[in-house]
Amino acid sequence: MGTILTAILIMTGLGAFFGAGLAIANKFLKVEEDPRLDIIEGMLPGSNCGACGEAGCRAFAESLLGGRNKPSGCTVNSPEGVERVANFLGVDAGAAEKRVARLHCAGGLGQARQIAEYEGWGNCGAAHLVGGGGKGCSWGCLGLADCEAACDFDAITMNGQRLPVVDPDRCTACGDCVEACPRGLFELMPIGHNLVVQCKAPLEGDEARAVCSVACDACGRCAQDAAPGLITMANNLPVVDYSAGGPARPEATFRCPTGAIRWIEGQQFKTVRLVQLTTDGREG
Amino acid sequence: MSSLPNRKSFRHGVHPLEHKEETEHLPLERMPFVGRYVLPLGQHIGAPCRAVVRAGEKVTRGQLIAEPGGFVSTSLHSPVTGRVVDVGPHRQGNGQLVPAIQIEADPYSSQQFRERDPVDPFAMGVDEFAASVQRAGLVGLGGAAFPSHVKYKLPEGKACERLVINGCECEPYLTCDHRVMVERPAEVVRGVSILAEKLGARGAWIGVEMNKPDGIDSLRAHLPAGSKITVAPLAVKYPQGAEKMLIKAVFNEEVPAGHLPLDIGVVVNNVATMACLTDWFDRGQPLIERALTVAGPGVDRPANLIVPIGTPIRDVLRHCGINRDTRQVVMGGPMMGMPLATLDAPVVKGTSGLLAFTDNMVNHPTEYACVRCGSCLEACGNFLNPSRLARLARAGRYEELEGAFVMDCMECGACTYTCPSSVPIVHLIRAAKLTIRQRKAKQG
Repeated sequence: MGTILTAILIMTGLGAFFGAGLAIANKFLKVEEDPRLDIIEGMLPGSNCGACGEAGCRAFAESLLGGRNKPSGCTVNSPEGVERVANFLGVDAGAAEKRVARLHCAGGLGQARQIAEYEGWGNCGAAHLVGGGGKGCSWGCLGLADCEAACDFDAITMNGQRLPVVDPDRCTACGDCVEACPRGLFELMPIGHNLVVQCKAPLEGDEARAVCSVACDACGRCAQDAAPGLITMANNLPVVDYSAGGPARPEATFRCPTGAIRWIEGQQFKTVRLVQLTTDGREG
Repeated sequence: MSSLPNRKSFRHGVHPLEHKEETEHLPLERMPFVGRYVLPLGQHIGAPCRAVVRAGEKVTRGQLIAEPGGFVSTSLHSPVTGRVVDVGPHRQGNGQLVPAIQIEADPYSSQQFRERDPVDPFAMGVDEFAASVQRAGLVGLGGAAFPSHVKYKLPEGKACERLVINGCECEPYLTCDHRVMVERPAEVVRGVSILAEKLGARGAWIGVEMNKPDGIDSLRAHLPAGSKITVAPLAVKYPQGAEKMLIKAVFNEEVPAGHLPLDIGVVVNNVATMACLTDWFDRGQPLIERALTVAGPGVDRPANLIVPIGTPIRDVLRHCGINRDTRQVVMGGPMMGMPLATLDAPVVKGTSGLLAFTDNMVNHPTEYACVRCGSCLEACGNFLNPSRLARLARAGRYEELEGAFVMDCMECGACTYTCPSSVPIVHLIRAAKLTIRQRKAKQG
């Protein structure tokens, strides 16, 4: 009986001692936290995707309170959601243009030359290791859907030509696909940047055409047809610089002989344009 | 030396069928010259070299056509007398387009290499010696093609006490190093003496597996009296040719994980590289040709060939007769070699063999779930847990992979070979290692 009593007394004593310690710590060592933090975090999507550049949603909420970010910095949030956060904080929502992931390759099955069969593990990284899974182009999309698997928002689906199609409505520009692609084909672009170069092969002329029917053969016509300075040729590929030149227009793509540069509104690879060239080089 | 064979080896490893009987008794023969040669600028580990010739220029056999693009890089020489026809992209073995110099051989040339007077390597300083080796375009001929001069230029504070020469040739099918040891023992031994002297090593050990008794005998017969060189017969096991395994087999010492053999005072080189070293100093011949084995069930006339670097693989296979059942051609050995995506690719400095396999040999077995049998753990010479690495690699858990020492994997493929469930373990690991390196490069 005595043993039990001793035990109870010791445990009670310990409990009281630590309880008192905690109470004192709570009183004197308390860290003041902005009560708005939890509320704002509740308004954010909570996907912790990192697209805003912060470590997660809570870190983004802190940066909003600190004024380091604008509510629109969260690209995942719907416009209404952004508005709600802005109203709650009484700040300007900011005007970050929606960005989407664009693929710099259009050479799917039937377009890029296939030189061998690949029978290994069905993963882009693994195929890239052994030279690209038999695809004749050393720079193009491998079509084994690493990006589809990496996308947390189900925005990427593989089409019939084994090319990833990004749904612009679902894409939050989180950048997971950019990281997943072993060939670095994805780029996050503002949705208003309609001129997209769908090729990364630094080849020229016949060499490019021998690899893929939609490869850029570095003819430079798009650079000539666009507003001065908008498109420059670098490393046998056109580079579109929106900050440098005048307005971008679809006319720049009209004379492209292979369709490597496209004017894209919304989704990429919406239609597969099958073109039969007649002998005089016109589309028949 | 005791009369009983000394069964030295490392722990773990596998015993794949050797298949060496087809070619091990065939003497080295010279491959006839063909019309066109392709020399990729990046056929060694490290920075690619820079072309110093242009299309249209005439070149002679052994002439420098590309200079090193950095310290970890080496020179490239024309394997034939002829004319440069193109400097531009060409497909290499894995199907990638890479910059390459294409040379059309002059059909009226004798293709005789013009020898120069011997240079005395012993009169050179160490730095001069390494620079000279870089001018020779010498790389490790075992398959990795690591520029040799980098190994010879010891960093400050490091000393090479022991030189190990790799004559294991533990990959099945390959017999070219074996033939070099049998037919060119004098050149091998001279190369070893030169290198041991220049590196200041107190001794040199040539590790040869005991399935090559004639190689061991011929090397021993050419050792000068009182030589510092020892021929060490080793038990037959794969992957004994891996640096760290070889050191363990010869000295019974381990190289700590994450360290280089030089950290315990050892430099490892291949036997064929030694013969080339002699060719360079005694005859002035840079690395313009190499010995390789053409074998496998898809080849009509297996052979050990001396092939000029840059010969298109299609021509080599035609020379040996390739039959219609061939489904896959592997460059290198069957364990670590790479399946070719195109036969237009050329023989490069690291090509130790060309193996043609037929349909029934390349059928991929069905993969089953891992049964936790532990076979791969007993196969791994580095004492890793391949099964765990494969699982983590498939799940993309890269931080955990690094914690499980994935970067110490030498990708020998012993785990995949031994797996009863046919899990492509080494492929998964290699893919993961590539991703980890890419991520590191992005961050750094």
